[in-house]
Amino acid sequence: MNDTVLTVILFTIVVGITVAVTVRASRTTSGTGDYFAGGRSFSGVQNGLAIGGDYMSAASFLGISGAIALYGYDGFLYSIGFLVAWLVALLLVAEMLRNSGKFTMADQLAYRMKQRPVRTAAATSTVVVSIFYLLAQMVGAGLLVRLLLDIDADNTLGVSAVIAAVGALMVFYVTVGGMKGTTYVQIVKAVLLMTGSALIVVLVLVKFNFNISDMLGTAQSNSGKPLLDPGLQYGKTFTSKLDFLSLGLALVLGTAGLPHILVRFYTVPTARDARKSVLWAIGIIGVFYLFTLVLGFGAAALLNTGPDSGVATSKGNLASPLLAEEVGGGAGSTGGAILLALISAVAFATILAVVAGLVLTSSTSVAHDIYNSVLRKGTATEREEIRMTRFAAAGIGIVAIALAIPARNLNIAFLVALAFAVAASANLPSLVYNLFWRRFNTRGAVWSIYGGLTSALVLVFFSPVVSGKTGVDAEGNTITAALFPLGVDFHWFPLENPGLVSIPLGFFLGWLGTVTSKEQSAEDRYTELEVRALTGAGSEKASGH
Amino acid sequence: MAQTGEPEDVAARHDPLYERMSESADFVELRRRHRRFVLPATIAFLTWYLLFVVMSNWASGFMKTQVVGNLNVALVFGLLQFVTTFLIAYLYSGYSIKRLDPLAGQLNDEYEKERRA
Repeated sequence: MNDTVLTVILFTIVVGITVAVTVRASRTTSGTGDYFAGGRSFSGVQNGLAIGGDYMSAASFLGISGAIALYGYDGFLYSIGFLVAWLVALLLVAEMLRNSGKFTMADQLAYRMKQRPVRTAAATSTVVVSIFYLLAQMVGAGLLVRLLLDIDADNTLGVSAVIAAVGALMVFYVTVGGMKGTTYVQIVKAVLLMTGSALIVVLVLVKFNFNISDMLGTAQSNSGKPLLDPGLQYGKTFTSKLDFLSLGLALVLGTAGLPHILVRFYTVPTARDARKSVLWAIGIIGVFYLFTLVLGFGAAALLNTGPDSGVATSKGNLASPLLAEEVGGGAGSTGGAILLALISAVAFATILAVVAGLVLTSSTSVAHDIYNSVLRKGTATEREEIRMTRFAAAGIGIVAIALAIPARNLNIAFLVALAFAVAASANLPSLVYNLFWRRFNTRGAVWSIYGGLTSALVLVFFSPVVSGKTGVDAEGNTITAALFPLGVDFHWFPLENPGLVSIPLGFFLGWLGTVTSKEQSAEDRYTELEVRALTGAGSEKASGH
Repeated sequence: MAQTGEPEDVAARHDPLYERMSESADFVELRRRHRRFVLPATIAFLTWYLLFVVMSNWASGFMKTQVVGNLNVALVFGLLQFVTTFLIAYLYSGYSIKRLDPLAGQLNDEYEKERRA
């Protein structure tokens, strides 16, 4: 089949570029400074693009536009929350973290606290958050290929083969390229994603003579739903309104607690470059989220989004690729096939870059925090640390793949929002307390990390997402909209996103743990942490190439 | 959990140089300037964002009001969140270049000089 050949060629080109970039980067990688932090020698602009590439995941490209196509304004909250969240990173975290840390999120806690408990806690939450995020990307990869190769939803063999291939590639990037390779892959991806989505946005707007109001009106009339008004998805009951609030809170507070984003601040020479990279990232990401508005409402205006449509049955995840096919000339046309293949290849690159960043970050934390600092008490050589990273990468990949299979029926943006809730509950409190509160200590850090992490996970497990939520299929039958099949229902927590409870709890436990214990050394060392964080005195230097 | 007092488990004693720096007038001023911007700005944008979320939930009648064409208050409010985010980022960039970087750079130079001495 011609379309399939074209698709395979484009996918091969994307994979080929990223492999070439990774191999090239590996030639200048030696030692942990290069491998874990890219030699700290990327410029602000390069890192800004890489942050964009790391952050704009399948959730942004596939999930948000799908959520907007199906639920309109309520889906738009994702775009807004994901962007505003960058101010937390810019104002409170980026520069101070660059100055006070080394390779991982745990470094700046370990700087003034008891190494082993805080490193173990921070590494645990790093791995858990990354796995949540990873499985969303895996779901996206499986869906894309299913669409392109026309595989049935029930054909698990085909989908599994694809997921295994993505897994192999991800281990390759991390093993061979380290942080340098991953950064270049993310830069390439950011450029591809921005160009590809700009093209679709222009083609959609051409259909409406660049009249956005007209597009919005058509979206409402074509879908037959009040897409432009708040509340289509979340406005029905008081509980669902609380869910909207919970989601909003998780989105805005999650970004600055995402480990794979935090480590990007270590790849630049100075705090000033870290700030500059966040400013660039805000610009790129902001423009992209404006694009999602056009992609989402454009899909609602131009595509069938009824209950048995491709958009609805994929929970919105395929809205962007199907929109590309439509503006290229529709299904069956050559233009449509080309654009569909092109956008799918871009989405695939998006997934690969994010997956590489996630796996590198979490396996670095396992090797640097758990293996070297906790188990080997700091005696492991750089070679041993890097070798350990490779084992960890494979292990984390396998867990993510295993979890992705039961989660394949959920919206990707929704899945990522759960990762944000976990990050905001487990990581953000200890980060902010550590940088701004002298009294903060080991018990506070450990309580807030484990408390935030456990409460978020437990609440998700007993939420309607895991069991009890139902939906209606095209024939009007009641079907399960949860992970467990129809009839299994053990949920007692009413909200789908745990943030509203678990984030305040993480902050509260951090405070409680701190005030119930006394740790003079942590308070003394705060002096050094603060001076270093604000001035850069004594911070890790860029390597000399 | 590990006991306090195990040498490899407790962060090493810190360099007294940091103690002196943290008491210097320049550093006290740097910290004051830093907090004077980031804390109010954080409170401001979080309040503004939560106002948007809360109004979407509980003031949907007002949010549905048409502004121009099919654009309603809700969408305009959402787009304004983009504008304020870009604006705060821009203001912070200018503020830190003018008010924070020179002081931080000067303190860092002093640190390097004393380390070498």
